[in-house]
Amino acid sequence: MRFMMIVIPKGYESATPNTVPSVEAVAKMQEYNQTLQKAGVLLALDGLFPPATGARISYLDGKATVTDGPFAEVKEVIGGYWIIQAHSREEAIEWAKRAPMSNNEIIEVRQIFEMGDFPSDVQKAAEGYENLPHSGSKE
Amino acid sequence: MKDIHKAIEAVWKIESTRLVAAIARVTRDIGIAEELAQDALVTALELWPEQGIPENPGAWLMTAAKRRAIDSLRRGRMLVQKHEQITRELEWQQQQLGDALEHSLDLVIDDDILRLIFTACHPILAMEGRIALTLRLIGGLTTTEIARACLVPEKTMGQRIFRAKKTLSEAHVPFETPRGDELRSRIDSVLLVIYLIFNEGYTATSGDEWMRAALSEEALRLGRMLAQLLPGESEVHALLALMELQASRSAARRGKNGEAVLLPDQNRTLWDYAQIQRGMTALEQAQRLGGGAKPYALQAAIAAYHIRARTAEETDWGGIVLLYDALLQINPSPIVALNRAVAVGMAQGPAAGLNALDAAATLAGDSALAGYHLFPSVRGDLLMKMGRFTEAREETQRAMEMTKNLREQELLAARLKQIEKAALST
Repeated sequence: MRFMMIVIPKGYESATPNTVPSVEAVAKMQEYNQTLQKAGVLLALDGLFPPATGARISYLDGKATVTDGPFAEVKEVIGGYWIIQAHSREEAIEWAKRAPMSNNEIIEVRQIFEMGDFPSDVQKAAEGYENLPHSGSKE
Repeated sequence: MKDIHKAIEAVWKIESTRLVAAIARVTRDIGIAEELAQDALVTALELWPEQGIPENPGAWLMTAAKRRAIDSLRRGRMLVQKHEQITRELEWQQQQLGDALEHSLDLVIDDDILRLIFTACHPILAMEGRIALTLRLIGGLTTTEIARACLVPEKTMGQRIFRAKKTLSEAHVPFETPRGDELRSRIDSVLLVIYLIFNEGYTATSGDEWMRAALSEEALRLGRMLAQLLPGESEVHALLALMELQASRSAARRGKNGEAVLLPDQNRTLWDYAQIQRGMTALEQAQRLGGGAKPYALQAAIAAYHIRARTAEETDWGGIVLLYDALLQINPSPIVALNRAVAVGMAQGPAAGLNALDAAATLAGDSALAGYHLFPSVRGDLLMKMGRFTEAREETQRAMEMTKNLREQELLAARLKQIEKAALST
């Protein structure tokens, strides 16, 4: 089973575009990342620029409207994520509990759909996925 | 109540390896270390449902294990191997042991985990014992789970684990990382154990599907762990690459009714491309370390060739034959030769494939492999492609008699129909 641990740092919704994490925070996070890696459970991880540098594209009747960040009305935004392998939801939660987060941060744990979790008609609809870029096409 | 047990189980899966490794550094016996860790778990199962899971469960479990260690020492039941038990020394030993255990968890270093892995995979043990002990000590799996995964009764698995621990203890196998020339063969043993665990989950077609998937995932996790512990060993990265690349196809290996789907017929949209990416990265790492021509790296490179092809028809069979040639030089086994024959058949036509298959059969000789159903199965396929339908039918029927695996039989039955159809249309 794979889980995504989504980091939701409070305040990040209004962070200035040039906000970067502190040296201490990064060092602590790196230590945690290594723990995950040494346990063999870490599959992927990334951190995201503040939403002030991003954009939201909303859709109405097929028409796309772009709003540049920051997004005044939004209360929670994503700061980054890990993807881990775990035997159970409980194990993913245990790993999340060990993350070096501060008072105003939240981690949301969500299981990732595997292709086999979809009914076969949905799997069929997913065909064409092979034409997306993947490692086999890079050389 | 059920939730808290699941949470405790999760804590155990995360903490148990470090815990056992830390205790074993002091006791020098992984059997005793595991018993103490288990005792700590039992205490946790009694107390945590009421008190909640402590903030630092690893340290809590260590403290509990330490208490149990001192208790047993006090009762004189524990055999710390290095010392003869002398009553007046007992007090001193209790103190020493307590102190040592107190500090061992803080100090737990990669080397302890590595020692634990090397000991569990020690060549003195039968292969099934190595697999069971690795799953138990490094996988954190319960005896019940291991029994389910390996399709043996729980009692049998319990005895297997007990015997393995006893063998290590009686042979005074040191809790240490091997050095020099021995290191190479010991790493090979660890890699083989991990790969067998992977295959147990990946290739078997009977039993508990969920448990088997968990087994493959566990092997992958062990592979990633080992790549961190032995970053300079190319074959460690290569085995990880091989497993990631093979596992990336799991979703495509079964049809709607659970039937096996062979590589050429797989729906490539079902492959896991993130996993492929991880496999390719690990393979590149193995090659960068100069191990591109070693056995696991060659096998991973073969898997990579298959995966790079957008369709089965685009497969570069010529390149795959070259890799099998190299693999056959290092490992002249009938199975490698058989796989090579399949590749030759695809690259140079069925007649050339048949010649290569004859060579493989010669290698197999009178060994047990001569009775391996894939020999007549592949022969039947090649003969069919050459239009020699009577022989193709005979070989395919022979293969059917040789395998007990239902899904293999289904595939062969489908092949027979194909042969009949082709024979009629000529």
